Amino acid sequence: MNVTITINGEQRVADVAGFESLLNVLRDDLDLPGTKDACEQGECGSCTVILDGEAVCSCLVMAADAEGSDVTTVEGLSSDGDLHPVQEAMLAAGAVQCGFCTPGIVVAGSHLLETNPHPSELEIREALSGNICRCTGYGAILRAFETLSEEGT
Amino acid sequence: MTAQTRTHVTGGIGTSVRRPDGVPKVTGNFAYASDLHSKDMLWGATLRSPYAHARLVTIDIGPALAMPGVHAVLTQDDVSGLPLFGQEEQDQPVFCDGTARYWGEPVAVVAADDEETAKRAVAAIVTEWEPLSPLDDAEEAAALGSTFREMKIRRGDEAASGAVVVEGIYETASQDQAPLGTEAGFAVPDGTGGLDLYVTSQWIHVDHRQIIACLAMEPDQVRCHPAGIGGAFGSREDISLHIHVAMLALATGRPVKMEYDRSESFVGHVKRHPSKMWYRHEADAEGNLVKVTARLLLDGGAYAHTSRAVLANAAFFTVGPYRCDNVVVDAQVVKTNNPPCGAMRGFGTVQACFGYESQMDRLAETLGVDPLELRRRNALGQGDVLATSGQTIEGLLPTIEVIDALESIPMPEPLASDDPRLLPGGTGLTTPSSKVVRGVGYAVGLKNVAFSEGFDDYAEARVVLTPAGVEVHTAAMEVGQGLVTVCQQIARTVLGIERVAVVWDDTSHIGSAGSTSASRQTQMTGGAVHAASVGLRDLILEDHGGDDLRDDGVYRTGERVATIEEVCANGPVEHLVQFRHPETYPPDENGQGDVHAGFVVAAHRAVVDVDPELGLVRVVRVDTAQDVGKALNPQAITGQLEGGIMQGVGLAIMEELVVDHGVIRNPTFTDYLIPTFLDAPAVVTRILEAPDSWGPFGAKGIGESPTISSTPAVVAAIRAATGRALTRVPVHPEDIVGI
Repeated sequence: MNVTITINGEQRVADVAGFESLLNVLRDDLDLPGTKDACEQGECGSCTVILDGEAVCSCLVMAADAEGSDVTTVEGLSSDGDLHPVQEAMLAAGAVQCGFCTPGIVVAGSHLLETNPHPSELEIREALSGNICRCTGYGAILRAFETLSEEGT
Repeated sequence: MTAQTRTHVTGGIGTSVRRPDGVPKVTGNFAYASDLHSKDMLWGATLRSPYAHARLVTIDIGPALAMPGVHAVLTQDDVSGLPLFGQEEQDQPVFCDGTARYWGEPVAVVAADDEETAKRAVAAIVTEWEPLSPLDDAEEAAALGSTFREMKIRRGDEAASGAVVVEGIYETASQDQAPLGTEAGFAVPDGTGGLDLYVTSQWIHVDHRQIIACLAMEPDQVRCHPAGIGGAFGSREDISLHIHVAMLALATGRPVKMEYDRSESFVGHVKRHPSKMWYRHEADAEGNLVKVTARLLLDGGAYAHTSRAVLANAAFFTVGPYRCDNVVVDAQVVKTNNPPCGAMRGFGTVQACFGYESQMDRLAETLGVDPLELRRRNALGQGDVLATSGQTIEGLLPTIEVIDALESIPMPEPLASDDPRLLPGGTGLTTPSSKVVRGVGYAVGLKNVAFSEGFDDYAEARVVLTPAGVEVHTAAMEVGQGLVTVCQQIARTVLGIERVAVVWDDTSHIGSAGSTSASRQTQMTGGAVHAASVGLRDLILEDHGGDDLRDDGVYRTGERVATIEEVCANGPVEHLVQFRHPETYPPDENGQGDVHAGFVVAAHRAVVDVDPELGLVRVVRVDTAQDVGKALNPQAITGQLEGGIMQGVGLAIMEELVVDHGVIRNPTFTDYLIPTFLDAPAVVTRILEAPDSWGPFGAKGIGESPTISSTPAVVAAIRAATGRALTRVPVHPEDIVGI
């Protein structure tokens, strides 16, 4: 079936099977591989996208259910080499190692700052607790978001 | 001319320069192996054994082959070359050879038009199995003599005895590396019978050797390319889907992609060995170790992989960073029908460290001595001999200094809040702050760097000057740790040229860099890049009569004598180096000899809050002091320290692969618990620099030490809070409550 979704401001149409997740359609059909597939159970947050204003695990969203919705992926957060403040802060803090969790954290973190520009340490931890990072131990990621919180970006 | 540390180059060593792959990683543009694809590609999928031990009576691939969209179904009958693979010992069939020896052993692979068809075709293969009783108990396997390796260490006087004796039996569970990127590969036929392979790996040259043997192909027919890696931690040191995806591509003549899902990943790579350790420490009345006696039993699972080397590490580090003149160690790694084990961060020393540090705490308690004071009293340092192998510690080993530095870190404030987010169990549970008991624990760990026991361990690197800048060519796998940045920094510092790019070459274009494991790449590939840069610089200066090299050319007494373009007038100038660490030797029949090339020491202090009634733990802080030799990139070091600690915390209280009669019962992120942002303690670090005698600028490999002693430190802290013995990790709530 054809599904029409606005992705990163652009209307896209994909021919999806009933069993396909939004994650699979983004990665395999719409050439947006920045959204990562690491558990397919909604446990790790690597596939986080913004769906109609909410941060969701795209592996838990059926593609067909996304008909008519508005989706932002990591590819939509930067343009023409201009990084999103979250991306810049992650780089400055050394919060990127293997980077597989990074797109999900960038998306979830950008959503956090939109809804709460000055999160406390505990609010940052809670907001990102659905995003597993196996490399950094979270310290550098926390420092990146604490800097952003102080700046009120 | 000897290359010196440059001061005028930007982005050299000692600075926290940004990683060059950072921007693609934060924007989603970095190509991981799982992102590779082409329009005409097929998808591969794997049929796996549903039994830990069974005879494959019949297999009928006909129904799968008959399905529309299916292009190939391959089994062990289709392996044209050596039917076995293995890094150290070739003992694992490419596919089930008639007997399945572990749960999830590959039986067949399918290539189909799309992923769903491939999975349905796997389900359509008809198999008949005769289940056999799995050998799933390590002690039973030991009694049967089913072993991959047995080691005996005898040093000093076996009859020696001490006035104070403590004994304990310790166990560690199997831990999964759980890198966020699962196993993935892309195989592309080259049209002339060969192929190009892009598979997640920690060592493409050792993959290549095994792959060409199984495919019966010439070395230049198969090119293994470094691919984008989503973490590794040891899980990618051994073959996973490499040979399967290559066979499918050769059989179909089409590019083939394979990617394990998370559950398949749990069965698709080797684990940390579960262990059982019997320890007897004897000391004099002052707490000086007199004798250590130990028996170590590791379960290697069904196939050898790196079990022999893991056992050696456990055995040689049985006593840890302490002096002791009389040592008796018997160590075995057994072969069972449990999941195959291999490399994971710490590689055998993690298990031993939980044993010896638990023993040191018991000894301190028995003697009534401060646990850190006992450790200082016995601390191993330069000029001492390793208690097990008798090897003299030639280099700097600041054991006492890391303990002192750790102790100097201020303690965290007492729990001052009823905010449930700061209490054990968090918001979902019901611990009142009045029930919380705080505990503090310490541990110190010792690890060898690079490969030991006489292995010919080397890394090749080629450094090339072009008009556009410097290229560092290597096959060393960047798995996230930041080797790419360190290579740039080393080359910049030696050459005085800022524009440095790391170029990853495939197996046909450069020699082996060795494995990205054993904390070795900063010293080994870093050493190769350093030596190649020095060689290139000397060559250029000699050719042009210069005494200095800079971004814009060669200088002599402050005057430019040649531009970079002029230096490269006849083409790029390059220097290739194969770097080797100091020679090591196999141990003798008593486990004695100079078996290791270098050592790293680290210490950890854990502060935990425990609810003893509910058995809940919150790790408040883990502090560390670690010797890094020379801090090449301080920010990257902090990242390794914090990340490594988190995996140690995971093993201490959360991470356990539950294996029941050989079957993994929790192969998902829902059931295998990994520390999240809410579990992560604060970390305070102290970095010490005691330079090594080899490698770049005295730097030491640092990747594993953060994990090794953080686990026993956390457990020691829980013991301090609860008084429980806690002899097994991970510690579960019922261990704390005592039910």
